[in-house]
Amino acid sequence: MTTLPVTKNLRVGALALLMALAMLALGFAAVPLYQMFCQVTGFGGTTQRATLSDAVLAERMAQSAGAPMISVRFDGTTAGDIPWTFKPDQVTQDLQLGERKMAFFTATNDSSVPITGTATFNVEPEQTGRYFNKIQCFCFTEQTLAPGQTVHMPVLYYVDPAIMQDDNARNVEQITLSYTFHKAKQPES
Amino acid sequence: MATTAEHFQAHTDDHGGHDADHKPAFFARWFMSTNHKDIGTLYLIFAIMAGIIGGFISGIMRMELAAPGIQYLGYWVELMGGEAAFDANLHMWNVLITAHGLIMVFFMVMPAMIGGFGNWFVPLMIGAPDMAFPRMNNISFWLTVAGFSSLMFSTFVPGGTGIGAGTGWTVYAPLSTTGSTGPAVDFAIFSLHLAGAASIMGAINFITTIFNMRAPGMTLHKMPLFVWSVLVTAFLLLLALPVLAAAITMLLTDRNFGTTFFDPAGGGDPVLYQHLFWFFGHPEVYIMILPGFGMISQIVATFSRKPVFGYLGMAYAMVAIGVVGFVVWAHHMYTTGLDVNTKMYFTAATMVIAVPTGVKIFSWIATMWGGSVEFKSPLVWSMGFIFLFTVGGVTGVVLANGGVDDVLHDTYYVVAHFHYVLSMGAVFSLFAGFYYWFPKMSGKMHSEFLAHLHFWGFFIGVNVIFFPQHFLGMDGMPRRIPDYPDAYAYFNNISSIGYMIMAASMLIFFVNLAYAFLAGKKAGDNPWGEGATTLEWTLSSPPPYHQFETLPVIEDHHDYHDHRPATGPATA
Repeated sequence: MTTLPVTKNLRVGALALLMALAMLALGFAAVPLYQMFCQVTGFGGTTQRATLSDAVLAERMAQSAGAPMISVRFDGTTAGDIPWTFKPDQVTQDLQLGERKMAFFTATNDSSVPITGTATFNVEPEQTGRYFNKIQCFCFTEQTLAPGQTVHMPVLYYVDPAIMQDDNARNVEQITLSYTFHKAKQPES
Repeated sequence: MATTAEHFQAHTDDHGGHDADHKPAFFARWFMSTNHKDIGTLYLIFAIMAGIIGGFISGIMRMELAAPGIQYLGYWVELMGGEAAFDANLHMWNVLITAHGLIMVFFMVMPAMIGGFGNWFVPLMIGAPDMAFPRMNNISFWLTVAGFSSLMFSTFVPGGTGIGAGTGWTVYAPLSTTGSTGPAVDFAIFSLHLAGAASIMGAINFITTIFNMRAPGMTLHKMPLFVWSVLVTAFLLLLALPVLAAAITMLLTDRNFGTTFFDPAGGGDPVLYQHLFWFFGHPEVYIMILPGFGMISQIVATFSRKPVFGYLGMAYAMVAIGVVGFVVWAHHMYTTGLDVNTKMYFTAATMVIAVPTGVKIFSWIATMWGGSVEFKSPLVWSMGFIFLFTVGGVTGVVLANGGVDDVLHDTYYVVAHFHYVLSMGAVFSLFAGFYYWFPKMSGKMHSEFLAHLHFWGFFIGVNVIFFPQHFLGMDGMPRRIPDYPDAYAYFNNISSIGYMIMAASMLIFFVNLAYAFLAGKKAGDNPWGEGATTLEWTLSSPPPYHQFETLPVIEDHHDYHDHRPATGPATA
């Protein structure tokens, strides 16, 4: 009579504890889930990665449909922790939707030691992130610059003509592509 | 009343000296306590002390804000052993808002509502001898104290720009990571870990107690609404707090072990922290108010001498608020670049919460309507709650609109809104519950005159503080900044005068407490008359150290609104 309620309490208590632990696990699982969510939906201006064959297909479709022009503005900055000078070589580029273009950025290591940097990126307006495709980009890998070294870094990109079907994005006339160089940290995985 | 404590205490005492009122010695009783009533008392004392500190901090803030310019911050910096300089002064402001928020949320409202009244009255109301896990109950309390100590300690160590953690109660990255070097923020985070672990254990305890230890015949649908409110709150705690624990653990590793969960340089995103924080933070605001809803339901029914209107609707409205409360978090983040469809969803979902809340407001009024209403202090505080919480709810519906919030985000309008629902909603329900149950807990009657005086002083004071803040917010005055242009001086000055009125009324509260303990009349089993129908009123005041050794039986013909057994001579 006295032991029975105690085991019953332990069972309910353990179930409740399991619920709490499951939510704790979900809290940590949010990190990879959020990253996947951003990559898939372009949330927060996350740009897309495309292969060359994707790009060829998009270009062919856009040309046959007589796609309109769009302007891309470039922005390059550095975080406070990296002594580099980093600027885009061109202010804007005009291109047809679907058309492939290459833009250049220039980075100089102003310090006297070699430094490895990594660039973060996004686009504004944020809803255009899912249509902004990069085929090649210096931001895909870490960059190491020797003291005083200057490099020109290319990005090959196009804007997916599917943007014309999106009510939230089709009136956008200019997309700003922004990069920020940080000192490289140990990557997470 | 017909039935008294003796009825339930009628046990054959064969074990000599082991009677119901045998109490352990002082240290064992108060420091190693496993008794739900003693732990409840400890929580209430703790919450009152934390409330004094948190309230004193808001006094410092209102003093600074009484006039444009920075007047007193340098003094407080020097008092804490720092050197008054512009940056250090502004950092002190951040420390003050952080401490005020964290203390009031985690160490005043939550311990008082859940730890204090929950511990005291959930077992009594369901006819249980104690909580399911009494030792864990003790751990919960002392972890809360440890958490508070950790937060207090953080104000004495470097936190980046000055001493103390100056991150706001939200502890947003990157201000809380790269923006605050020094151990202060680590101690603040640790404090949240401890308080969170304490609350999760408390939640497990309440869920088990309510599911397993109800007296025979007390079905879920016969439980008093206060017990329902604590049950829903416990589930919210159980599901929300671990997410906060995960988020602040990641903050801690970002700060100390080089991870980059919230650092873009390593592929992280600070906005993710905001999502995790508010996934906890929004249910948290319901955690702070739901037990208050439960108390108000008991009190309004008691002093209207009527069962609460729409009992089931009241219970399930709380469940609905709890469920929907988990899917509205991004309304705190409208300005982080959500697209228009996301904003539309969160606007609509947020407004849906007004429906069950409206059900509750309606039912409280309908309970009083046609009732035999007696304006005792607990009911007056409850009516103050209903009115002021509704005002806060209306401004909440305004802020729920994604488009409107783009303008009002981080202005004093938001400050006014959440103080109307918390420092008036939650705190009014706490005082209502305190005056309602104080005679039961202490065995002494407080002064009704002083309780009414306290009410009017507090009611006028908080309204004078916070109503003008709506105007300041509409005019664009930003939160979390100690200085402002002259244009905002008029209403800020009025607001600071309101603080003095409120503080004076709090003196009356403490005088009333002293009066009750020194000269208060002895309280009977049930000082509130026939409207008080829940089981705690069948026991003596204060209740015996161990109650319900013979479990009360709730018979079939008893409804949710009358739990008193029919075995006494005069009831039935």
